[in-house]
Amino acid sequence: MPVSRRLILGASGSLALPGLLRAQGTAPVRIGEINSYTSNPAFTLPYRNAMQMAVEQVNAKGGVLGRQLELITRDDAGRPQDAVRLAGELVNDQKVDVLAGAYLSNVGLALGEYAAQNKKLYVGGEPLTDSMVWEKGNRYTFRLRPSTYMQAAILAEEAAKLPAKRWATVSPNYEFGQSGVKWFKQLLTARRPDVTFVGEQWPALGRVDAGATVQALEAMKPDGIFNVLFGPDLTNFVRQGNTRGLFEKRNVVSLLTGEPEYLDPLGDEAPEGWIVTGYPGEAIEAPAHKAYAADYRRRFNAKPMCGSLVGYALINSIAAGVAKAGSTETEKLVDGFRGARFDTPVGNCEYRAVDHQGTLGVFVGKTALRGNAGVMTDWRYIDGKDLLPGDDFVRGLRPASAN
Amino acid sequence: MDSILPQLLTGLAGASSLFLVASGLTIIFGVTRIVNFSHGSLMMLGAYIGWSIMTRLPREPEWFVLGVIATALLTALIGVVLEVVVLRRVYRAPELFQLLATFGVVLVLQDVTLWLWGPVELPLPRGRWLRQFVDIAGSRFPLYDLILIAIGPMVLGLLWLLMSRTRWGTLVRAATLDREMVAALGVNQRTLFTTVFALGAGLAGLGGALSLPNSSANLNIDLTVITDAFVVVVVGGLGSLTGAFVASLLIGVLQAFGIVLVPKITLVLVFLVMAVVLVFRPNGLLGRPQTDAREATVAAPVIRAAPPELRALGVAALLLAVAAPFIVGEYYLTVLTDACVAILFAVSLHFMMGPGGMASFGHAAWFGIGAYAAGLAMQWIGAPMPVGLLAAPIVAGVVAALFGWFVVRLSGVYLSMLTLAFAQIVWAVCFQWVDVTGGDNGLLGLVRPEWAHDARVFYWLALALSVGGALLLRRMLYAPYGYALRAARDSAARARSIGLDVQSLRIVAIVIAGAACGLSGALFSYGKGSIFPTYITISHSVEALLMVLLGGLQTVAGPIIGALVYTGLADILVRSTDLWRLVLGAVIVLLVVAFPEGIAGAARRLWLRGREA
Repeated sequence: MPVSRRLILGASGSLALPGLLRAQGTAPVRIGEINSYTSNPAFTLPYRNAMQMAVEQVNAKGGVLGRQLELITRDDAGRPQDAVRLAGELVNDQKVDVLAGAYLSNVGLALGEYAAQNKKLYVGGEPLTDSMVWEKGNRYTFRLRPSTYMQAAILAEEAAKLPAKRWATVSPNYEFGQSGVKWFKQLLTARRPDVTFVGEQWPALGRVDAGATVQALEAMKPDGIFNVLFGPDLTNFVRQGNTRGLFEKRNVVSLLTGEPEYLDPLGDEAPEGWIVTGYPGEAIEAPAHKAYAADYRRRFNAKPMCGSLVGYALINSIAAGVAKAGSTETEKLVDGFRGARFDTPVGNCEYRAVDHQGTLGVFVGKTALRGNAGVMTDWRYIDGKDLLPGDDFVRGLRPASAN
Repeated sequence: MDSILPQLLTGLAGASSLFLVASGLTIIFGVTRIVNFSHGSLMMLGAYIGWSIMTRLPREPEWFVLGVIATALLTALIGVVLEVVVLRRVYRAPELFQLLATFGVVLVLQDVTLWLWGPVELPLPRGRWLRQFVDIAGSRFPLYDLILIAIGPMVLGLLWLLMSRTRWGTLVRAATLDREMVAALGVNQRTLFTTVFALGAGLAGLGGALSLPNSSANLNIDLTVITDAFVVVVVGGLGSLTGAFVASLLIGVLQAFGIVLVPKITLVLVFLVMAVVLVFRPNGLLGRPQTDAREATVAAPVIRAAPPELRALGVAALLLAVAAPFIVGEYYLTVLTDACVAILFAVSLHFMMGPGGMASFGHAAWFGIGAYAAGLAMQWIGAPMPVGLLAAPIVAGVVAALFGWFVVRLSGVYLSMLTLAFAQIVWAVCFQWVDVTGGDNGLLGLVRPEWAHDARVFYWLALALSVGGALLLRRMLYAPYGYALRAARDSAARARSIGLDVQSLRIVAIVIAGAACGLSGALFSYGKGSIFPTYITISHSVEALLMVLLGGLQTVAGPIIGALVYTGLADILVRSTDLWRLVLGAVIVLLVVAFPEGIAGAARRLWLRGREA
């Protein structure tokens, strides 16, 4: 066989290939993360700590696809338009392989929209809005945390077991509060046709007039109250409610109140016997969680918050998705993330292929006082897959282009 | 209904809290004429300092009183430092310029508070007496709220005594009426201003400390409180203590009953009250017409056409901008696109604020209306981008015409506050009316057509529209209309006497500014692909003010330079440090102190000095 130029070139090409692969193999997998570090530091700072810890742990075990993980974080200042601009910077300038992050729902939706228009994978950690994976879902957006629907669903299930028939709701007047109340009403009425909703309170987010709100709720004489207030609004509401006796001899069902981010600031005024979703933290006995919590405490000398769990699980889920995809090319990543399974300190989870929703579950339990602090008691963990509606229902909600 | 009495009392307690914050703000404004944006930050500091002091004290009532007084004194001290270090240096600057400095202080204090006290909200543990209640009309009413109800009038009474029975109070009242005359009579203005600022800050600290038993010290207090305080002060009449008290009562009680009757619109209610009051009483309930500050009657220098050298510089910059896509990477291209939007945003504000003499605190409203017009046109009738870009200025212009009809009756800070109220109403509608606007979740899927999808093409489009818009606005300034508008600004009475219709001149200015700003909003939305209520926040309106004032009011190049500097600075800082608010705030304060006439104004002065010397 004559030795042609083509053969030589071909041979040198294939000889060079391993070197090329190696070169690619040493480049880290870059995760570009955007979050509200300055406008919501109480949640996002523990979250960022845990992400860094997870990245170090993944890298110590050899990384993903033989490559190290690298995390770049940016502050969106609570403004979706800034998040979109920074996403452009991370993708075009920093050449990240995966976009991640968001605390606020609108930032999550804006990043999802950016991902769809620019064909880049985006994994949302914390945003709760249902539309992120349903009505406004798209091919390139995944979301880790249990959604508003899932949280409201488990609370409606618990509320249905109570004798209360007359319910009132109090909720911040914006999308999160409105959809929380909508699902709770719908799901509770489906289980208990004898229930009536006697009134609603819609304080503006961040500026509840707690005394007047409590007084108005009192005047409705409900048996049960469904609450969606959180943060400083919740603190004000609970204080006025305690003094004015709103919660006495009433059932209260409350979204997210069991998260240490919201429960701890209530201090010795934490209400007792509220049915809440949340996060019991170091009370969780599962070995995987005990190890994680001990690591976290050793590393940061602080107790793990709900945000920490989300950040830690987010990085692990991304590592698992990339590993399953076997590549950092966006279309392969989408296929890889669909149905990717990953371990979290609270159990094994999955990104559902049908709607890209993670099956990280919900802790539901009752609030109680231990010493001068509120805690969750009688809690149980419900796997996220048991809280989501059927596949056909979900397919009907998602735009066809998202699949 | 047996719940009327408790609801009324709750409203009165809320009114007292409002009054504590508003009283300090109104006193400071009355004497120094400073719209103090950092007043909310002082209250936030009061809450945090109060928390730090009182968690270390026993929980008995007498210790609580002691803690509250100590907090008020400490906050007053901080006020003194603030006045001496920052504000004293900018009294001579043009009106409204001090507002910039106080906004810089807001940014700095946000990071300082976060650094000192951490991110978690801090509630003060309540002693048993703070949890007690009284039985009123069958309802349990908190004892502490009763105490609050009493504190409001008590503070009003003490302030009244201070103002009418002491020499210092007499001087303050005199300075509120005519501060130049007081200065001419040999009163030391420096001490007067410093002590007034201390009193105002102390009242804010008092409000912060007294809010602790009902809420917590948290990082959102500053901006939440400042809007409420503005509303109360404006409704009551700027500088009027009694007015602030009456306005607090009105708003507190309306709020309490509004929650029962119309729970969904409480956010808008407050601003509707303010708008209605201002339409019928342009100086607030108990305010007097402002005596014109004497400097203001000296006509601002006539804007002349730029010297040839500056024109050459401008052409060079434009050529560079056109060639930019071949020089910079894709990310910097989006930053430059944002800068183009910012230029149009700032130039449109400059048009109504500089030559028009109407400082808008709510310019983001037009930005948002333009954005939502484009977004809703896309959602309802599938309008493509060119239609959206056309619809935005039309809709914003039409709304501006309706709004302008109300606003041109007012002047000065009242006018600014009405624009603020209007922007807050627009924001609340977009934020809360989820069925139409998508609420907080916004409008998504604003896709650019195929031909404009490329970042470079879209950048050139933005550049063309922004530069074209700016040139058009500049052209209007040198047209007879522009001269008439400036005449109306410099002396409304003389303008009227030569037959100019001042009100329609101003309405037209608002319509033009609104339309241009609406276009910038739509352009921005197509750049980002989505629209959110955050486009209409107060901080976005303040950004427009920052750009215009940083650049300088006296030249047309000013807002353009301001927009470029601000966009670049914000982008670099956000990406390089978590403490960007601290640095940005400090830079703003420094710029204000160093260039009281804005960057372009300072450059112009240096240039002229070289020529004329």
